[in-house]
Amino acid sequence: MDALHLDLAHTLRSFRLELALDVDGVVGLAGPSGAGKSTVLRTIAGLVRPDARRIALGERAWFDADARVNVPPEQRSVGLVFQDYALFPHLTVAENVGFGAARTIQPLLARFGIESLAHLKPGELSGGERQRVALARALARDPGVLLLDEPLAALDAHTRARVRGELRGILAGLGIPALVVTHSFEDAAALTDRIGVLVDGRLVQVGTAAELVASPTTPFVADFTGANLLRGRARSASDGLTEVVLSDGTVIVSTDYLSGQVGAVIHPWEVGIARAMPLDSMQNHVQGAIESIVPVANRVRVRVGPLTAEITAESAARLDLAAGDEVVASFKASGTRLIPLS
Amino acid sequence: MKRPFDIALAVAAGLLLAFILLPLLALFLRISPADLFGQLGSGVALDALLVSLKTSAIAHAVVLVVGTPAAYLVASRRFPGRAVVLTLIELPLVLPPAVAGIALLAAFGRSGLLGGTLNAVGVSIPFTQAAVVLAVVFVSSPFYVRLAIASFEAVDPALVEAARTLGAGPRRTFFRVALPLAAGGLSAASALAFARGLGEFGATIMFAGSLRGVTQTLPLAIYAQLDLDFDVALSLGAFLVLVSVAVLLAVKLLPSWTRFTSISLTPSAPSGSS
Repeated sequence: MDALHLDLAHTLRSFRLELALDVDGVVGLAGPSGAGKSTVLRTIAGLVRPDARRIALGERAWFDADARVNVPPEQRSVGLVFQDYALFPHLTVAENVGFGAARTIQPLLARFGIESLAHLKPGELSGGERQRVALARALARDPGVLLLDEPLAALDAHTRARVRGELRGILAGLGIPALVVTHSFEDAAALTDRIGVLVDGRLVQVGTAAELVASPTTPFVADFTGANLLRGRARSASDGLTEVVLSDGTVIVSTDYLSGQVGAVIHPWEVGIARAMPLDSMQNHVQGAIESIVPVANRVRVRVGPLTAEITAESAARLDLAAGDEVVASFKASGTRLIPLS
Repeated sequence: MKRPFDIALAVAAGLLLAFILLPLLALFLRISPADLFGQLGSGVALDALLVSLKTSAIAHAVVLVVGTPAAYLVASRRFPGRAVVLTLIELPLVLPPAVAGIALLAAFGRSGLLGGTLNAVGVSIPFTQAAVVLAVVFVSSPFYVRLAIASFEAVDPALVEAARTLGAGPRRTFFRVALPLAAGGLSAASALAFARGLGEFGATIMFAGSLRGVTQTLPLAIYAQLDLDFDVALSLGAFLVLVSVAVLLAVKLLPSWTRFTSISLTPSAPSGSS
């Protein structure tokens, strides 16, 4: 797999976009609206010419300001899924997918479950169906890199949860670098392996979702990242609760009903830290050594195993916490939201 | 009870409609349908019909073939002097046709700007069918090009960009995406320009004259027959009214046949990142 090398400088209306990022595997580009995320995708696709520096897939330069290289969009091996999908309204699903197809599209239609829609126009499709058609169309070219602009933003909440699961499976099995732009940290955490947080045109931090939650380098990242996302397999348990077995074997419970591959979403401020197993209403406990303690304004973020807790600096001082200490992180089953990941 | 103001509005609207309908009605009341088609078969009318059809068809083909790419260029690119280009394209709309006629003479006439050059290669344009075509193109092209620019501008730019990222070069993007999506608007523009060209009078009579069977188009024949045979003039007039109504109806109906609403502009979609 050839990685996508980005080294961009581009002046936008109110700030300058400057970003260096190597995209291999599935990488998220997250940040608030207006941070320049979509512009990054458009420069990669060749729709916007950056002011300076270089974009390359493997050894092949698509843009190189010094070497005066600027490959036109149609000659870049890119699959771009537009935010609102930009399906051709005058063409059928089959014609849309076949528009840039490198070879017969039947297997692709089958893989995305859109064979039965082949003769329909985009106007007759639901949001989730349009998304699959847009993805199939982008992949039909056998691109060297896949770019997705807010792939879940145009969907209603219900469809969004289902599509997020489907999309994760598809992206993970692609075998080409993929860059997913989203303003939702939760989507980025669910879909990607590594996340770059872009604020006002600059990457303020790059890391796994767990790293960003545990040790945000700025208060903005701390606010933006929001929740822990623990991946696991859900099954129904007694009392009408759902048990989730995490990858390290830890079992947690949630009041949400779901089964199969799920993400358990727990906000750091819902997690408490204790020296010993507490006797209280909390059902979920993760025991382990403190991996890091990172101050965020008047709070600290304490990472224990896969989980990050946010507690006041005062509490941390009272408990005299230090990295390496054995502690118990606890949180309520009712504070554990489940999202489908399959 | 109606207020006086409402009554005033209704009276104004009624007066306007009556003023438009009265002459048209008079045209059809003065001549029976049988006579209408009988007179159209007369020599003068038939000659004018053939001249009009031939020159209008050629002029319209020129307007479409040259105007469509020009409109696409202006609609899809931002370049210095674009506002000037837009104004120039629209200029013939407001230019008096007589001025257009004398300007064409000044350019292509025997002693005109290009007259010497054209003479040298043995070409003389004034008072030929070529002159009719030039006059019609000059006067009708802005009707097409203006609306064609608006039609291309109405195509969602994301669709054009999507075509590019799917491997289509600018040419394929134009033919497979921009042109089909603008087709409804282009058809309406084309019909309007054709109707305007068919009715062209002022520039034609100055630049091409009114030679029966050569440059005498339908409107020119009406003018010529006014003193000779009023019934022929009436029939030709009635015929042009029918053509105009047909064109107008086509324009009103066409967009609803061919328009595609772009689904990538769904109002429910939240605006995302920039």
